[in-house]
Amino acid sequence: MLGRGRIVVTTLLAHFGALLPLNAIGHYLHWHIFQISVANFVVIVLMVLTFVAALLLPFPGRRRRREHQ
Amino acid sequence: MSYVDIERQWTTRLRQRLVRLLPPDRLLPDTQPTYVSSWIYVFGVTTVAALMVVIATGCVLAIRGPQWWHGSSVGLFVNSLHLWSVEIFFFSMVVHLWGKFFMAAWRGGRALTWMTGVVTFLTSIAAAFTGYLCQSNFDSQWISTQAKDGINATGAGAYWNVLNMGQMLMWHIVLLPIAAVALTALHVLLVRVKGVVPPFAETTEMRS
Repeated sequence: MLGRGRIVVTTLLAHFGALLPLNAIGHYLHWHIFQISVANFVVIVLMVLTFVAALLLPFPGRRRRREHQ
Repeated sequence: MSYVDIERQWTTRLRQRLVRLLPPDRLLPDTQPTYVSSWIYVFGVTTVAALMVVIATGCVLAIRGPQWWHGSSVGLFVNSLHLWSVEIFFFSMVVHLWGKFFMAAWRGGRALTWMTGVVTFLTSIAAAFTGYLCQSNFDSQWISTQAKDGINATGAGAYWNVLNMGQMLMWHIVLLPIAAVALTALHVLLVRVKGVVPPFAETTEMRS
């Protein structure tokens, strides 16, 4: 018999899976000779955003360390 | 044995050379330069952390086998952990690579550090691709039949047969992980020997 917590987690995961159906046929973007899956394109966009955020966001404790020096 | 004899031993000379090259306080430093206080420096260590999870989950998968990782909920969970830690590994490594490229991290005698990073990246790609071939499902069958045409077009198919499950499994769980971990260890040691590359402005100030 499944525990209550496990049922809740399984139900949530099932809803999440319904939002992102991973067994469906993949979607692709085309531009001239270039072709890329939407999934790969999203990952590349996320990497660029992470890179920009890493350059711009302040690092915790940096000001305190500078004042200390 | 005299003092001179001890000094001439290869073990003594090797130890002295290693300690000179990498003293303990540089191997495990207490502090880092101020410029390291940036998020862009986090992605190298994130890559190493993800690699640890990849190796650990891979070991569990190797112990339990395909029936377990395809047929049980815990097996599917560990299989997913293996996949997603690889995703985080490559995600972090690419952001780390971009950061180091725009810092020109090969400056100051760090060319070998840069090149070990490049070779680690290429080795990891090979490790990931052979992983797709070792899933032991229809997905891996489809990928291997597609990959064989590409590999055969290069002429390497006679030695590197992607349809040979045994060969690909050995490359995926023995040779390539050993190479990736050894290269990562060498890369990290070289970072410790040469130190983290300083920003451009600081280099200019040091020169003037």
